[in-house]
Amino acid sequence: MTLDVARIRKDFPILDRTVRGGRPLIYLDSANTSQKPRQVIDALTEFYERHNANIHRANHELGEEATEAYEGARIKAAQFIGAADETEVIFTKNISEGINLVAYSMGNASAGSSGPDRFRLGPGDEIVVTEMEHHSNIVPWQLLCERTGATLRWFKVTGWDGQLDLSAIGDLITERTKLVALVHQSNVLGTVNPVREIADRAHAVGALVLADAAQSVPHMPVDVAALGVDFLGFTGHKMCGPTGIGVLWGRRELLDEMPPFLGGGEMIETVWMERSTYAPPPHKFEAGTMPIAQAVGLAAAMDYLNEIGRDVIHAHEQQLLGHALTKLADIDGLRILGPMTPEGRGAAISFEVDGVHPHDVGQVLDELGIAVRAGHHCAWPLHRALGVQSSTRASFYLYNTLDEVDALSEGIRQTQRFFQVA
Amino acid sequence: MQLESLYQEIILDHYRHPHHKGLREPHDAEVRHVNPICGDEVTLRVALKDAGAEPAVADISYDALGCSISQASVSVMSDLIIGKPVSEAMATCDEFVALMQSRGEAEPDEDVLGDAVAFAGVSKYPARIKCALLGWMAWKDATAQVMRDGEPS
Repeated sequence: MTLDVARIRKDFPILDRTVRGGRPLIYLDSANTSQKPRQVIDALTEFYERHNANIHRANHELGEEATEAYEGARIKAAQFIGAADETEVIFTKNISEGINLVAYSMGNASAGSSGPDRFRLGPGDEIVVTEMEHHSNIVPWQLLCERTGATLRWFKVTGWDGQLDLSAIGDLITERTKLVALVHQSNVLGTVNPVREIADRAHAVGALVLADAAQSVPHMPVDVAALGVDFLGFTGHKMCGPTGIGVLWGRRELLDEMPPFLGGGEMIETVWMERSTYAPPPHKFEAGTMPIAQAVGLAAAMDYLNEIGRDVIHAHEQQLLGHALTKLADIDGLRILGPMTPEGRGAAISFEVDGVHPHDVGQVLDELGIAVRAGHHCAWPLHRALGVQSSTRASFYLYNTLDEVDALSEGIRQTQRFFQVA
Repeated sequence: MQLESLYQEIILDHYRHPHHKGLREPHDAEVRHVNPICGDEVTLRVALKDAGAEPAVADISYDALGCSISQASVSVMSDLIIGKPVSEAMATCDEFVALMQSRGEAEPDEDVLGDAVAFAGVSKYPARIKCALLGWMAWKDATAQVMRDGEPS
C-alpha cells in the first residue's frame, strides 16, 4: 500500500501557507518538530470547547469526560509502542523530562540509605551512553554522575558512516554498569541502532536499558518488547501531536520500586506534615495538573498515524530518503554525515557543504521557502567526533514529496552558486 | 530575493578575506565566546594602550569558526575600532547592538559604524543577530576584563 501524499497534505493546513514573500512552504524540519493535521488541531479545540475540566479530582460530568479522554490517551500510547499495561505509561512534558525523570529518580534512590539497590548509584558504578546522543540523553546522566560519584562512559561512533562502535561492548558494559541509555534512531545521522543487541548485553550483566525513541516512534512501528528495553521515551510534537506532551514508558515492576521525581498534587496516597506515601504508577510520577488537552491531542495524533499505518509512512519515507541520498550525493562539495543508503537509517539527512557554513545554507534555503535546521542539532559531541563544527539537516515526514526533495537539491546548488563555491 | 540585502558584497568580501584574523601578541586579555545555538566560536585577544587621558584599542586579533555573518562581523569590527579610544569604541559597540535590535527599522549612522552599516539587513533575521554580535560581545568582554584587572601593556 502506498501513501496518497496529495490527500495527506490536505490534512495539514500550514502546508497551504507561503513564506518569505509568497513562496510555497517546503517543510523539511520534521525531526525538529512535525506539523499538525487538522484532526489534531480539532481535537484540541473540541476538548477545550466541550470537555474541559481537571482530571481525577472533579466530581462532575465534565471531569468524568476529561478523565476518560486523558486515560484513554494513556491506553492508546501503550498500544502504540506494544505495551500491554497502560499503567506503564507516564505522561511527561517531553522526552527530556522523561529521561530526567529516570535520572532524578535514581538520584533520589541514591541519596537516602533505603533506596532500592538497582537504582542506587555511587562511586564505582557506571552509566553508559553513546557519542551520538542528543544532549537530552547526555546531560541528565552527567548531572546524575556528579551527584552520586558514578562514572559516565560511552560508545564511540565509527566515523562518517555513522555506526556505533560495538567492538568495545565487552569492556563498556560490565557488572559495574547500572544503566545503558541510547538513542534508537539518531536525530543527526538517521542511523537506527541495534538496541536489542546492546540491551541483551546490558541485561546479561544486570544493567537497565533506556531507549530515546523520539526519532523512531513517529516514523516506524516500535515495540518495546521486541527492543528489549526497560524504559522508552518519545515526544508528542515530533509525531503530529501538540507540544508539551511526551511519554515515558517503563516496566511496571521498576516503576513500582522507583522513588518519585516531582512531588505535588495527585502523586500522593496520603500526606502528613512529617511524611507522605505515594500513589501507584503511573500517578506517582504525574505531579500537579497534567497537560490534559495535549494528551488528548496526542491521542488524536496516534489515531491519525494508526489509520495511515506507520509501516506505510516508513515505506514512503524510505522512498524519499533513497531519492534524497542519490540527489545529494550527486552534488560536488557536499558530504553526508551518516549512512549513504536507506537501509538501517531514517529520513533525517545531515550534510556539510564545502565553503558554506550551515547557517548560510539554511538562510538561502529559507529564502527559497525551504525550512531546514542548521547547527549542531543538540548533538555537539557527535559533531566534534566527526570533526565537524555544525551541519545542515533536512528531515522528511509523511507529508513530504519527491518534488520537495528535488527542490532541496536545487536549493543547495543555488546556495553554492550564491557563495561562488561551485 | 532579499538575500542580497542580507549578504552585502562587503560582508562576503570580509568573509572570504577576513582582516586581523590569527591570534597575535602582545595582548592584555583573551576570551572565548560561543554561540550555543550553532556552536560558532571566537577566541579574541585585545591589547590596550595609553593614549593621553584614556586608554585606546591598540590591537584586536582572533581565531573564529562560524558563518559568513559572524566571520565578517568580527573582521569589520576589528577594522573599525582598532586605534579608537576605549570609550568611543564602547559607544560604537552600543550603536551596533542597537542596530541589531532594530528589526530592520533603524537608519544606521555611517559616521559611527562605517562598514558595519552593511549588517543592517541582519536585524530583520532574529536567528542571525547573535552571529553578528558574537565578535562584538567577545571584544566588549575582553576589554572590560583589562579595564577591571589592570593597566594596559
